[in-house]
Amino acid sequence: MNVPKELKYSKEHEWVKTEGKNVRIGITDFAQTELGDIVFVELPEVGDEITANEPFGSVESVKTVSELYAPISGKVVEINEELSDSPEFVNESPYEKAWMIIVEPANSGEMDNLMTADLYEKMLNED
Amino acid sequence: MHSQDQQLIFEMSQPGRIGYSLPELDVPETDLSELLPDEYIRKEEPELPEVSELDIMRHYTALSKRNHGVDSGFYPLGSCTMKYNPKMNENVARFNGFAHIHPLQDESTVQGAMELMYDLQQHLIEITGMDEVTLQPAAGAHGEWTGLMMIRAFHEANGDNNRVKVIVPDSAHGTNPASATVAGFETVTVKSNESGLVDLEDLRRVVGEDTAALMLTNPNTLGLFEENILEMAEIVHNAGGKLYYDGANLNAVLSKARPGDMGFDVVHLNLHKTFTGPHGGGGPGSGPVGVKSDLIPYLPKPIVAKRDGEFVFDYDRPQSIGRVKPFYGNFGINVRAYTYIRTMGPDGLKAVTEYAVLNANYMMRRLSEFYDLPFDRHCKHEFVLSGKRQKKLGVRTLDIAKRLLDFGYHPPTIYFPLNVEECIMIEPTETESKETLDDFIDAMIQIAKEAEENPEVVQEAPHTTVVSRLDETLAARKPVLRYQKI
Repeated sequence: MNVPKELKYSKEHEWVKTEGKNVRIGITDFAQTELGDIVFVELPEVGDEITANEPFGSVESVKTVSELYAPISGKVVEINEELSDSPEFVNESPYEKAWMIIVEPANSGEMDNLMTADLYEKMLNED
Repeated sequence: MHSQDQQLIFEMSQPGRIGYSLPELDVPETDLSELLPDEYIRKEEPELPEVSELDIMRHYTALSKRNHGVDSGFYPLGSCTMKYNPKMNENVARFNGFAHIHPLQDESTVQGAMELMYDLQQHLIEITGMDEVTLQPAAGAHGEWTGLMMIRAFHEANGDNNRVKVIVPDSAHGTNPASATVAGFETVTVKSNESGLVDLEDLRRVVGEDTAALMLTNPNTLGLFEENILEMAEIVHNAGGKLYYDGANLNAVLSKARPGDMGFDVVHLNLHKTFTGPHGGGGPGSGPVGVKSDLIPYLPKPIVAKRDGEFVFDYDRPQSIGRVKPFYGNFGINVRAYTYIRTMGPDGLKAVTEYAVLNANYMMRRLSEFYDLPFDRHCKHEFVLSGKRQKKLGVRTLDIAKRLLDFGYHPPTIYFPLNVEECIMIEPTETESKETLDDFIDAMIQIAKEAEENPEVVQEAPHTTVVSRLDETLAARKPVLRYQKI
């Protein structure tokens, strides 16, 4: 399972990458494996506020629809428009091509609640 | 190379071939342009397939042989109650007095049909323990929406405008949150505990002054009876909310326990499931809704009432949420349900539940040696297994379902409920014999062994069907929804 060291992770299998004052968010390699082939990605709109641990969108795979839980709170400043036409990016490239949203965090302290790659990997192995 | 019976009927077309003959015109011929404005008259012939009568018969007979229905084989699709539909239902539904009447006929000329509707309402009241029933909703989800709209009207009539939330368990049927959303509510999820039942602490946490209702099916989608239902009802009622019963799983409690006695305020029934309307091929369904007395004013209108020995459509219901369907519901399905209830009788309906529960428990116990059983306790009419053990061998639940096709079975429901990993949900129903159950169990055991010894056979299944594994991903990502001539 691919768990890049430089990213932070949530219990709900989202990854978070710090980029200057903003963060980039997507779902992990483990999450896409569990979900199976993704056929649709529903994202918020630019300008929407998202709240930590609340749903901000959903991903639909051949077998199920799952909500996407916000790892942190903040304002959506950019979304990955390509995912509407190419949901397969989530399976092919969860950490690169399938980034989902870029958020301006409301409270930078929330980043401390996220897991390091080592901790996330440990959680996966426990399950 | 396609064999002829795999062609589309359009591909079989040969110019000039004809499969019909029309009778001679027996009315005066009129020029179409005198009847319709020019823009509504088509200028080109429609491109209909040109085939002989024999071509048509062979084409559709070949297609019909590829269907799978309860009449052709075992169909243990969890939560769908795919039981045998007695053919007597069909005979009765074809009686002239039921099949050849018109919904706009004067009431005095359709008293027999109205008596059936009235009696069916009374039977459903007795079966569910409610105070009044509407037969209008077309199917289950429509019944859910109708029930929620009545709950909304009730709260609004009490000036209680802040009740905007509907609570649903994490194991709920997907229609519950969907119906709540369509009815204008927000949904809130209540968790299940490790026994598979609603977590009472979590329920206490989520109820409040904004609670409109709790939607629940009992037994729940794991096939487990919510033992704490009376306490749950008290929690929700004390908060001012209503209790909604999703009747999808009524096959497990028929003539044994009544939603009305459990504290439910609104109930919908799937007559096409528990009460043997044909389903699985597009219906139609029928989803009557029963309510307790304080919700009666809000029922859709009309309902069938009896006055001075005559049956009438009662429209004088000023607080009604209105009509939810043209005319009076799916009458033909209601005739079938009525026939079923009357032919079974109270003792027969009790036996339905007993055999449905016995069959499910028998299968669960025999299969639990070969598949993980997440909740090891007696089930009701259905049970869930988990394919976790097989997943470790590289065989997913989807593969197991596909492999069952090779044995001639309709697979169980899979990946639902969502709170069980690699879920396999099996509902045998009461109408299957022990021999049928044993054959299916043997197939499941063989598949479990194949997963260990020869996983490719399962991963690449099905092998014996007309088409093998379909590309479901491509179908969902790039759906082709209609035939186009290239």
